[in-house]
Amino acid sequence: MMNPEIESSPGNGRFLSTLQQIWRSISVPLTAVLLAALIGAILLIASGASPLEAYAALFKGSFGNAQAIGRTLEKATPLIFSGLAVAFAFKAGLFNIGAQGQLLFGAIVAAFLGFSIEGLPAIIHAPLALIGGAAAGALYGAIPGALRTYTGAHEVITTIMLNYIAINITDYLADGPWKDMTPGNIVARTPKILPSAEIPYIGNVPVGFILSVLAAVVVWWLLWHTTIGYEIRTVGLNSHAAHYAGMRVAWTVILTMALSGLLAGLGGAVETQGVVGRYQPGFNIALGFDGITIALLGKTHPFGVIPAALLVGAMKAGSSQMQFSAGVAKEITDVIQALILFFVAADVIVRWIIRMRASDGDQVTFSSNWGQS
Amino acid sequence: MSDASKTIVLEARGITKRFPGVLANDRVDLTLHKGEILALLGENGAGKSTLMNMLYGLYHPDEGEIWIKGEKVALKNPRDAIDRGIGMVHQHFQLVPVMTVAENVMLGSEVTRGAGYLDVREAERQVRKLSQQYGLEVDPTAVVEDLPVGTQQRVEIIKALYRHADVLILDEPTAVLTPQEAQELFRIMRDLTNQGVSIIFITHKLKEVLAVSDRIGVLRAGQYVGTADPKTATEASLAEMMVGRKVILQVEKAPAQPGEAVLQVKSLYVKDDRGQTAVAGIDLTVHAGEILGIAGVQGNGQRELVEALTGIRPIEEGQVTIAGQDSTHFTPRKNTELGVAHIPEDREKHGLVMAYSLADNMVLNNYYQKPYASGIVMHNDAIYAHGVQLVEQFDVRTPSVMTPASNLSGGNKQKVIVAREFSRPTKLLIAAQPTRGIDVGSIEFIHKQIVAQRDEGVAVLLVSAELDEVLGLADRVAVMFDGRIVKTLPITEATRERVGLLMAGSEA
Ligand SMILES: Nc1ncnc2c1ncn2[C@@H]1O[C@H](COP(=O)(O)OP(=O)(O)OP(=O)(O)O)[C@@H](O)[C@H]1O
Ligand SMILES: [Mg+2]
Repeated sequence: MMNPEIESSPGNGRFLSTLQQIWRSISVPLTAVLLAALIGAILLIASGASPLEAYAALFKGSFGNAQAIGRTLEKATPLIFSGLAVAFAFKAGLFNIGAQGQLLFGAIVAAFLGFSIEGLPAIIHAPLALIGGAAAGALYGAIPGALRTYTGAHEVITTIMLNYIAINITDYLADGPWKDMTPGNIVARTPKILPSAEIPYIGNVPVGFILSVLAAVVVWWLLWHTTIGYEIRTVGLNSHAAHYAGMRVAWTVILTMALSGLLAGLGGAVETQGVVGRYQPGFNIALGFDGITIALLGKTHPFGVIPAALLVGAMKAGSSQMQFSAGVAKEITDVIQALILFFVAADVIVRWIIRMRASDGDQVTFSSNWGQS
Repeated sequence: MSDASKTIVLEARGITKRFPGVLANDRVDLTLHKGEILALLGENGAGKSTLMNMLYGLYHPDEGEIWIKGEKVALKNPRDAIDRGIGMVHQHFQLVPVMTVAENVMLGSEVTRGAGYLDVREAERQVRKLSQQYGLEVDPTAVVEDLPVGTQQRVEIIKALYRHADVLILDEPTAVLTPQEAQELFRIMRDLTNQGVSIIFITHKLKEVLAVSDRIGVLRAGQYVGTADPKTATEASLAEMMVGRKVILQVEKAPAQPGEAVLQVKSLYVKDDRGQTAVAGIDLTVHAGEILGIAGVQGNGQRELVEALTGIRPIEEGQVTIAGQDSTHFTPRKNTELGVAHIPEDREKHGLVMAYSLADNMVLNNYYQKPYASGIVMHNDAIYAHGVQLVEQFDVRTPSVMTPASNLSGGNKQKVIVAREFSRPTKLLIAAQPTRGIDVGSIEFIHKQIVAQRDEGVAVLLVSAELDEVLGLADRVAVMFDGRIVKTLPITEATRERVGLLMAGSEA
């Protein structure tokens, strides 16, 4: 460790402080994950299983071989999208609980475009379905944005309600007009999408995963390298200043919610076209909600979302293996995931445990009011 | 002062505090005697607030010792400081607006009866007792958000006294007060010291320092550079001690050469946040090359007037013309593009995004224009270069332009806004409290800049609660009272007495 005091070159100093910054921002999520794993271990012991064995199986099932890694990437893909959706809205100070509903619309519209349009080459059909899904998510996301702007209704409330509406509408479509009429089918689901609408794999790597990483890069670029991102972040940090500076605060809120919905909708479309192959109620149920955990675990940064989604994706991918070879109920991974969310949200507890006091310069919440002049 | 009052109640010995890239306090020694008012002076960024925050347990010294009443202490948090009798009133009050005075006062050390039943009555009784004892007039049952700023500050003081503070730290308490409220505060401070309370008082207003303090300490660039005696010191000598050079306290300017009218306001009506009419039929004109100063006790509609002219607040009735265009219903963006620069009254609320770097803050209203952006793509290097240039030009004290605005001292935050608003080609400059919280040296600089703008043909509308500032800068003075302009005087006829009377609503 170099001593920053002696450090004379500004370049080096900046590098060092960047490292420190990175450490500051990942230490809490990292500890949260470890704590959750620890409590998970206690639960495993209490239920008579060996935590070592269980975690080893979990790891093997998620990263043990190329196939397992492919499965992890596949599980992480929609989570990256929904995590990005939540994180993105967060930058404008908006809490989008509605990623689930937006994702459902993305999934079902992609399915509809995937099974109903015939005779297109894959190079057109697959992107078309993706775009349709994204647009559906965007429209559905814009609704709470507009409600917030024009009626003042808080987006947390409206997005929760819109989730229910989305579930019921998609259920109806999958059991009604868009139902799979193959003889013998009795469940609510759409027909299978045509092969031309499918998103393929390259080896074990789902192309959807590559798209999700690209989406993260685009979100990062949009937020920190464009005027739109500058406006979004300004509105999120100080909407009075945004108004003073001549930004259209109302428009920015709607746009942000629409883009957030677009990301969630893309997640749904990718899931339909890359994994499920059709829309079927119940198949996408937690993906949007998990986005909240992932965004928080990833510190609402687009590049933080990727490792966070990979972690949760790995738990989903490895849980069957764990159940199979360690005889542990799959649901333990849900418990661990919930614990992670708990510790990330209650980061004061984590900070206390790792004795990381916010250093004097850091007390933003304090010092924004205390003795600044 | 009698001998008994020579007891030292609070002492800082060799305090050093570093922030990344900043030596905020450099081996500072400071003593506070019982029953005295110690004024602490220093340029923006000299380290005054930092030192006080350490005495209050908010920050922790890197080196040095703090002694309270003869005992060496390690203050972990404000609780520790409060337990030892230290109270601090920050410039931004820490009150819950929707709660009553008594509820605010007991917040954190609630009076309870039985199994946690909140005894508000008892708290009210104690507040009443304290306000009687120290002459701090306030109604314990009033809701805080309904109270004027000066009264809210009194609530803060009562809060400290309620926790048995006998050392009070007041960080720029008068920056937001009207002159009358400030006088009232000084009386209260005297009452308090007469009853044994000791006070550290930070301000940039040298007149106040000379009027109320028993002793004056000066910080410069983090170091304690000396003590002055208010009986022998003068404004000029104090200014020189702070800045390290002679400061011209009087603005130097040639008579104005007014040109065509740039801002024309006709029977303007504007409502305040509660829907009450705050601006009730104002007509005014500002010409190119002149400074129109608006004098008036705060709260007589000045804020609403400025916000309406800049497009932040809707206009109910009337007409505004800027540079020949009807701008009555212009958005802030359109006004900016028309050539309006606006130094807002509330720098924390409107002027800055605290989490943004200085560089980002300095393009807050033209970030989308060349050279900072082409289309939607922003050019961060151009923004950086612009920041570097303004920091240099306006002498903003900061380790770098990438430092978040929240890390700057109060006065340096203000300089960032001023720098930004002076960096665009401008036809009309609307400056509300442009030098609030700024040290004398920088006031001199900003005043010079305002006059230079005027001389280049900019129309300047100056709104200030400092009568001295208005009288020193303006070419014409308009006095605002109760939402109206009661009189407009050429500067030659605007004597302190006459304007003072008009501000109070007397004389026609
Ligand atoms: N939380 C912080 N993080 C980093 N630097 C800080 C922080 N607080 C203050 N500083 C720096 O420490 C120095 C001293 O600041 P301080 O607020 O004590 O000045 P001040 O004397 O109160 O000035 P002013 O009169 O403008 O209020 C400044 O250079 C400031 O930028
Ligand atoms: Mg200060």
